[in-house]
Amino acid sequence: MDLSTFLIQCLNALQYGLLLYLVAMGLTLIFGIMGVINLAHGSFYMIGAYMAFALAPMVGGNFYLTLILGVVLAVVLGYVLEWAFFSYLYDRDHLQQVLMTYGLILVFEELRSILVGDDVHGIQPPELLAGTLPLGDIMTYPVYRLFVSGMCILLALGMYYVFSRTRLGMMIRAGSVNREMVQSLGIDIQFLYRVVFAAGVAIAVLAGMLAAPISSVYPGMGNQVLIICFVVVVIGGIGSIRGAFFAALLIGFVDTFGKVLVPEASGVLAYVLMALILLWKPNGLFKAG
Amino acid sequence: MHTISQGRLAFLLLFFAGLALYPLIAGEYGVDFVTKIMIYAILALSLELLVGNVGLVCFGQAAFFGIGAYGAVLLSPQDASASWLWLLPACVAAAALYALFVGALSLRTKGVYFIMVTLAFAQMAYYVVHDTPLGGGTDGIYLYFKPGLDSAIDLSKPHTLYYFTLVFLVWTFVFLAILLRSHFGRALAGIKINEQRMLASGFYTYPYKLAAFITSGGIAGLAGFLFAVKDGFVNPEMMSWHLSGALLIMIILGGLGYLEGALIGAFAFIFLQEFFKSDAIFGSFAKHWQLGLGLTIIACVALLPKGLIGLPDWIHKRLYGEKRIITEKMS
Repeated sequence: MDLSTFLIQCLNALQYGLLLYLVAMGLTLIFGIMGVINLAHGSFYMIGAYMAFALAPMVGGNFYLTLILGVVLAVVLGYVLEWAFFSYLYDRDHLQQVLMTYGLILVFEELRSILVGDDVHGIQPPELLAGTLPLGDIMTYPVYRLFVSGMCILLALGMYYVFSRTRLGMMIRAGSVNREMVQSLGIDIQFLYRVVFAAGVAIAVLAGMLAAPISSVYPGMGNQVLIICFVVVVIGGIGSIRGAFFAALLIGFVDTFGKVLVPEASGVLAYVLMALILLWKPNGLFKAG
Repeated sequence: MHTISQGRLAFLLLFFAGLALYPLIAGEYGVDFVTKIMIYAILALSLELLVGNVGLVCFGQAAFFGIGAYGAVLLSPQDASASWLWLLPACVAAAALYALFVGALSLRTKGVYFIMVTLAFAQMAYYVVHDTPLGGGTDGIYLYFKPGLDSAIDLSKPHTLYYFTLVFLVWTFVFLAILLRSHFGRALAGIKINEQRMLASGFYTYPYKLAAFITSGGIAGLAGFLFAVKDGFVNPEMMSWHLSGALLIMIILGGLGYLEGALIGAFAFIFLQEFFKSDAIFGSFAKHWQLGLGLTIIACVALLPKGLIGLPDWIHKRLYGEKRIITEKMS
């Protein structure tokens, strides 16, 4: 492997890891703060990718408008879902949540099939980002992938700021430690949860929309990403946003370089890594807190 | 110690008697279909032992199932029919051995971490059969000579296999029921309710959990053997996490903590699937069968927190408006 190939793979790994982080962050937020195991989280990613395909004609094919419209719709979707389904689950056993969110996966998957169909779609990145950058003498790198990485980093920084520096973030963190105490201080925890959930959904949808031009849009893409995001969440330590960040990058690099260096074993590498890490540290790399 | 209630006993006797009489009225398709459900029921029972009775949520049960199935194909001679008398125990042993390995390591972790470590080990098994020459890749391998071809119990005949499976379903159920009433089973119940307390009262819980894990893996291997013999074919999808997930859904749907819950769950899940897939009822909408299944599952969670096993109580409450006190509980 020469230097420029290595560099390209590094960029790919970074972009994949950051995208994983966006989805995994919502998962770990909803689990860490609300205590809900949300299997349907992968479906939001799928919904996002299909939105990128289905909404584009409505706004005249403008990619950026599609992104904005998608995020707005996602916030509404998350808010309604929390109100209609998830708010009943907080006191239930985790396995009841698993069952319910499994039901939701099936419903989302079929609604998608009824509304948009089962075909695989390719999506063109917007013209401005469709080009490539030269890298070394013969290699080039697509601008769109750099754009995705940049967007992910911006979002991650934004989330970090909201969580650790704002009053809202403080209330959310407090709510994850002691729900009743926060409530008795006069903070509307119900509303807070709804905001967290809607944010988690919106980020997953956005991740799906950003990924659509890279990975194309296909049925079942939600399940694929769900399971690898659970791996990320668990490696990082459940509920830890920082952990999810490092774990996502780790998985991104292991998966990308695994495909290049040992293609026949690439699928299993992430799981081997997870098993080893959990046997070494049974609570993940970063304990929540 | 607790005694089995008359209602439950009556239900079980009717259930198994119904299964025993079913082939008399059913066609070839029906026999094959119910054989499949019974195999899933055995598999669901194996998982119920862990999830419902020890509180260990294993998300890798499909691996043990798959190892039993691949064992049946790989251990059979290429050009002759094996005797199930040694092939079946060998498959069970192979699955139990992998369960020993997986359990010994993954029981170091707890909760969601345990769920994910068992998944990881199942995925490793999946990739071994998927990507190495051993397992024949995505195409899978055929079992050309089903066990017992020339003997009295010829498993290539659908009716023989049906009753063979039924016997093992009843055996598994009775075995687990007795096991859970034994000293060992009481210890497992104690671990499920409060492991710290068990440790404090002098139980070293690890060997108990490991033994339960191995037993569960072995039974899953039994189900895998039966499945390979039924289809005469194995492929990596038998080990995929989709199956592990579906099994968990079955037992939660049926009702955790009750062995009958696993039976009801397996039957209900597959019947619901077939029901919503049926062209005769839903016409062209049948291809969107997952919508009906998903909505039914959501309704079950909303209305029946105990699972389908709570349905009689729910109906009773609706009819008479009073809360019947549940007197019997398994653990």
